[in-house]
Amino acid sequence: MTATSDGALTRKALLRFLTCGSVDDGKSTLIGRLLYDTQLVLEDQLAALERDSAKHGTTGEDLDLALLVDGLQAEREQGITIDVAYRFFSTPRRAFIVADTPGHEQYTRNMATGASNSQAAVILIDARKGVLTQTRRHSYICALLGIKHVVLAVNKIDLVEFSGERFHRIVADYLGFAAPLKFASVTSIPLSARFGDNVIRRSEHTSWYDGPTLIEHLESIDVSEGLEEKALRFPVQWVNRPNLDFRGFSGTVASGVVRPGERVVVAASGRESTIQRIVTADGDLSEARAGDAVTLTLADEIDVARGDVLAHADERPEVVDQFAAEVLWMIEEPMLPGRSYLMRIGTQYVPARVTSLKHKTDVNTLEHMAAKTLALNEIGFCNLATATPVALDPYADNRATGAFVLIDRFTNATAGAGMISFGLRRATNIHRQALLVDKAARVRLNGHRPAVLWFTGLSGSGKSTIANVVERELHALGVHTYMLDGDNVRHGLNRDLGFTDADRVENIRRVGEVAKLFVDAGAVVLCSFISPFRAERRMVRELLAAEEFIEIFVDTPLEECQRRDPKGLYARALEGKIKNFTGIDSPYEAPQNAEIVLTASPLGPEEEARRVLEALRTRQIIGS
Amino acid sequence: MSTSTRIALTPHLRRLESESIGIIREVAAEFRNPVMLYSIGKDSGVMLHLAMKAFHPSKPPFPLLHIDTRWKFRAMIEHRDAIAERYGVKLLVHTNPDGLARGINPISSGSQLHTQVMKTEALKQALDKWQFDAAFGGARRDEEKSRAKERVFSFRSAGHVWDPRNQRPELWNLYNTRISQGETIRVFPLSNWTELDIWQYTRAEQIPVVPLYFAAPRPVIERDGQLIMRDDERMPLKPGEREQERMVRFRSLGCYPLSAAIESSAATLDEIIAEMLASRTSERSGRLIDSDEAASMEKKKRDGYF
Repeated sequence: MTATSDGALTRKALLRFLTCGSVDDGKSTLIGRLLYDTQLVLEDQLAALERDSAKHGTTGEDLDLALLVDGLQAEREQGITIDVAYRFFSTPRRAFIVADTPGHEQYTRNMATGASNSQAAVILIDARKGVLTQTRRHSYICALLGIKHVVLAVNKIDLVEFSGERFHRIVADYLGFAAPLKFASVTSIPLSARFGDNVIRRSEHTSWYDGPTLIEHLESIDVSEGLEEKALRFPVQWVNRPNLDFRGFSGTVASGVVRPGERVVVAASGRESTIQRIVTADGDLSEARAGDAVTLTLADEIDVARGDVLAHADERPEVVDQFAAEVLWMIEEPMLPGRSYLMRIGTQYVPARVTSLKHKTDVNTLEHMAAKTLALNEIGFCNLATATPVALDPYADNRATGAFVLIDRFTNATAGAGMISFGLRRATNIHRQALLVDKAARVRLNGHRPAVLWFTGLSGSGKSTIANVVERELHALGVHTYMLDGDNVRHGLNRDLGFTDADRVENIRRVGEVAKLFVDAGAVVLCSFISPFRAERRMVRELLAAEEFIEIFVDTPLEECQRRDPKGLYARALEGKIKNFTGIDSPYEAPQNAEIVLTASPLGPEEEARRVLEALRTRQIIGS
Repeated sequence: MSTSTRIALTPHLRRLESESIGIIREVAAEFRNPVMLYSIGKDSGVMLHLAMKAFHPSKPPFPLLHIDTRWKFRAMIEHRDAIAERYGVKLLVHTNPDGLARGINPISSGSQLHTQVMKTEALKQALDKWQFDAAFGGARRDEEKSRAKERVFSFRSAGHVWDPRNQRPELWNLYNTRISQGETIRVFPLSNWTELDIWQYTRAEQIPVVPLYFAAPRPVIERDGQLIMRDDERMPLKPGEREQERMVRFRSLGCYPLSAAIESSAATLDEIIAEMLASRTSERSGRLIDSDEAASMEKKKRDGYF
């Protein structure tokens, strides 16, 4: 770093930006060029680069600057960027963090990851090719993630003879397309990453261009996001309780400013108090602003926990359990409406499900299309419902309280990313009718407790046969029962559903809700469904009180079910005449913690039913 | 912590500080049994300082863990014990007993085997022994190419395996802290710091560092173009080698036979920062373990190295 005083380096505000481009646009080369020309490539790294260029390089005799940034071995060998890499460089005026993200459609999630923490985006275009489908995709994702400033880097300008005419035509094309995306600024720069024209050094070949070089422009972008002017949002991260005399709420101010003496409210509960102190290791503060990590104490002993959001009483976030959002899907297994995911918003985890998928957006054409599921890298506009109300803001107003991720509840994979559009007020407007006769009253009248006996297992495992015997025995004991199975549900309530994964999820969701109503009525409900997915069985379990759901796994091996094949279904599935048949071309996820596991008894279904009844007595569902 | 002559943090450092504190608190809030890896170096010093700030007036709700290869500079061990005392935090120390029994050392075993057994294996043993589910490390993304893609919350499947292709996307600051039995997370609160940030913060916050970072006349030998300080008698001289006193300091500290010194006259934090700004080599160039083989850091990380 030349002629840079220590003092100057410390004064600049950090800019985080991402670069988007496809395989051959020269994205990694551009970042390599920025590092090289700001002299952040050090002697030992340069020596390594020379070695690597000879081994993997694609630029002949020259240094291949892209090799500076393609970090993982697999990427270097394949000559592409797979993952998001973060690069650091600085000039005398500013420090930068670059998120280098791959541009292929199959890496949409990586681009979104890079964009989520960036304030600006550099979108590369190959001057020979002009605005392409991928350019539209990159721009749309940037806009979706809330990027305000776009730099259109028209790269490889050397390969079109530094043609101004070509450059202006590309810029006009782009501006026409990008207008609806409403970026705050679009700056177009002709450059050659490989030779350095207009990156740091002004090119002598583009005399027709009088705008800034890339680095000049990046140094001047205004990144103040106005976070301090927004309403106060303080997500409580950790309750700080060293002794009985101190109870503080640690967290980072997401937006706004907070001062001692101000009235604040816990968004979800509506309880109010006054800020007493703003505690830090460096002493108490007179105010904390957006971005500050502090510990707040309150004047009153009110209930506050991790996940709560503190706000000023007159500027509260919405508190809703239903909202609409754009969701980007990030795992191989598709997003299924109705399935329960874990949602992380702010410092809180809450179960959530997509109640309806309104449409998905083609990232290349921006067209809306009807869809039942979202596949990896697809983006859809959805309604979601959470298990408990959460405090939130639209993403456009506040990135910190308007963004969420969805987590797969079994693998813990980060499955989706969401940007909230608006809250749906239905939850707060429909107050439930309080009832005079409740479940407890019905239990007293019936003389037994309600429950759901959920029989799961492969087709032909004997679920329905056993369930029938159990119901006969329960009835004989004077227990109110009802049987729900494929026959009486598929022909009526669920007549509109098929056997795709999405329809199977919805089938089980509806059955779960019906079962819940019967439980409320005091009945023992016998449900006999293949129900192949753990997630859906868990969804039903969570609709009910813990002791009310009894999962009964009829663990008959696939070979035995195929041998029995009472309805001839396996034979037809194996011939390919039935699609999505569980155990053949659709998976069955066996229960891991079923309350009752029935392995085939030589004494037949009567013996297995006896074991179920015994378990019901042990659990005091029925008297002994 | 003395605050008397402190200079105010720049907005840039304050932002880095807040971000790191947020990450550290997140781990305390979400994990059952976290631990902070303490390697005694300048990055560890900053990380520990940030942890003290994050939980004030409480103490950090986790212990420190030092993986002792028994080949650290003596000055490092003294510093470690003094720091644990000064901050009043619990310090755990673990050395791989099998490695000791086998006599593994950086000189005759070679740096690769020594690092594998005494650092990587030892770390895994310690994490298993105390059943830690999250471990803080002081690594920064600017250090090395494969580090540039590291997550802040880096997921390890059972057996401490790091699969670079199977890392969770990290959007915003919404870290996914969910793990199953046997899985662990390594957390890097200093991901977005650069070496310069570390030194400027160390100066601003007056964080104590091992004196070896400052230039002083020290006895060194020249070996394969690197200056090695012979910290004790265990390292034999090769024919023709002789100790000579030079004005040197260390940019990076590890096992002494594997940590090369640089010639320098920078004896204060101001001078170190000035020297850094003029420097043309990266700090890891003095790390003899990185050049073992191509993409060596990635390989080590897959094996469980920090």
